[in-house]
Amino acid sequence: MKIIILGGGTAGTIMANKLRKALDREEWDITVIDKNKTHYYQPGFLFIPFGIYNKHDVIKPKGDFFPAGVKVLYENVDKIACDKNQVLLENGQVMAYDYLIIATGTQVFPEETPGMKEKLWHKSIFDFYTIELSFALQKFFKSWEGGKLVMAITELPYKCPVAPIEFVCLAEEYFAKKGMRDKVDITYVTPLPGAFTKPVATKMLSDLMHEKNINIVPDFYIERIDNERKVLVSYDEQEVPFDALTVVPVNMGNPMIERSGIGDDLNFVPTNKHTLQSEAFENVFVLGDAANLPTSKAGSVAHFASEILFENIMNHIEGRPMTARFDGHANCYIETGYGKGALIDFNYDTEPLPGTFPLPGIGPFGLLKNTKMNHYGKIIFRWMYWHILLRGKEMPIEADMNMAGKNSAYLEK
Amino acid sequence: MKEIEIAGVTVQVNEEGYMTDPSQWNADIAKEFAAQAGIELTDKHLEVLKFLREKHTEGKTLTIRAIGKSGIVDIKGFYALFPGGPLKVSSKIAGIPKPVSCV
Ligand SMILES: Cc1cc2nc3c(=O)[nH]c(=O)nc-3n(C[C@H](O)[C@H](O)[C@H](O)COP(=O)(O)OP(=O)(O)OC[C@H]3O[C@@H](n4cnc5c(N)ncnc54)[C@H](O)[C@@H]3O)c2cc1C
Repeated sequence: MKIIILGGGTAGTIMANKLRKALDREEWDITVIDKNKTHYYQPGFLFIPFGIYNKHDVIKPKGDFFPAGVKVLYENVDKIACDKNQVLLENGQVMAYDYLIIATGTQVFPEETPGMKEKLWHKSIFDFYTIELSFALQKFFKSWEGGKLVMAITELPYKCPVAPIEFVCLAEEYFAKKGMRDKVDITYVTPLPGAFTKPVATKMLSDLMHEKNINIVPDFYIERIDNERKVLVSYDEQEVPFDALTVVPVNMGNPMIERSGIGDDLNFVPTNKHTLQSEAFENVFVLGDAANLPTSKAGSVAHFASEILFENIMNHIEGRPMTARFDGHANCYIETGYGKGALIDFNYDTEPLPGTFPLPGIGPFGLLKNTKMNHYGKIIFRWMYWHILLRGKEMPIEADMNMAGKNSAYLEK
Repeated sequence: MKEIEIAGVTVQVNEEGYMTDPSQWNADIAKEFAAQAGIELTDKHLEVLKFLREKHTEGKTLTIRAIGKSGIVDIKGFYALFPGGPLKVSSKIAGIPKPVSCV
């Protein structure tokens, strides 16, 4: 029997480790296919523009994280023929599977927004979702003399929904420490009605941003960027001027999904939000950012979901009903600057609430609170990512979200 | 959840005034919700509302982008029909729940 895992990023690597441990090597062939030999610690990209992390903090060879007994092919996938149970590689090779796990993530497509990838791209328009541009931004900030710094989100959903909030907080600290905060006007532009989606977290995060003197422009849906006048223009003709612009470009699934005819209008794969099986094919499962699940696109989500997916694939293989149900659990540390951080923990049904985590009353982490301890959580996350999470080992947090420690009184207000 | 009187019938709405049972909706209700938002419904509006209700019944997540690709209106046209937050405004008039952003 053959299992193919498409994508050896966060989600694919975790699954390769979990399945290889559980399945007999004689009987089960496991192959991972990824076009890229380098594993990027993407949460680290956020810190590069400010010179906090450098290359060696965020890059390791992918090969270091796959277990023995897993075949790895570094090739570009051209297409999946789900009706024939085949994967077609760009080099012409055709590979058959019994089970397929799609873990090809999401990428940024600046060319989707008119004016983004034109003459100001790399000069005064940057992003921090790719390593190249994170470094370009680091270089730019070093000699920037100040002006209007705008952080703008183009389209929903995008991966790591809190990253742009962290970006403006870190920028605030960076320019304050350089003694030029008075020369830098920071504005956060979002298509959402506020700093975040859900009411309780939105209030906490917008209060925090106000304290830091960061402007928020909500309900702004970008139509185009005017390079001549250096302004963002929305569909309803509002404008936001900028001197330096950092964007989260449109996020979409890999074009291979579109070529295979299995995606939605943003090339995410329709997936059962509880079982993680694809909506269209019984032997195809989807993990991580590639799925169209109504929860955050984040490494922590891929990790929690991997435990459910592992159980359900084992159930399916062994002929049992797929009883494990993913609840949409997400757990995100939010770096807020000056050595502090906030933390949110939520799922499909429960919005982020204040409290302590993981232990009720004790913590040590504070939910929706700005604390030093939460900042350490973020720092420790990198170590856990490389050493525990990717290797598919048990993390000290359960897959299902837990209400213990959360203050549900906030919900009634 | 509460009940309101609109276009001569009683319907259930949530705290923000979005209908919670799309089957209670009819064209007169739409007209009155639209009037409250300062909109006079044209055939184009009605086409968009129909599209929204169909997608909602199919269980699809609604996005401004998807409506721009619907072939009925482009995104700019959608903003012109339902000024402000077009997806929120149109969902309310269409009698379907407020669209959720899943972040
Ligand atoms: C700036 C930033 C900050 C973030 N911060 C956090 C955070 O604090 N906490 C958190 O939990 N998450 C965070 N994330 C999100 C996290 O990194 C992602 O959600 C996670 O990596 C998703 O894993 P994945 O396996 O689905 O996708 P990826 O890890 O992106 O892997 C996808 C893989 O598929 C391969 N692939 C795609 N298409 C093809 C093809 N056609 N052929 C061959 N190979 C292909 C790619 O090469 C890639 O290796 C952040 C992300 C960014 C960008």
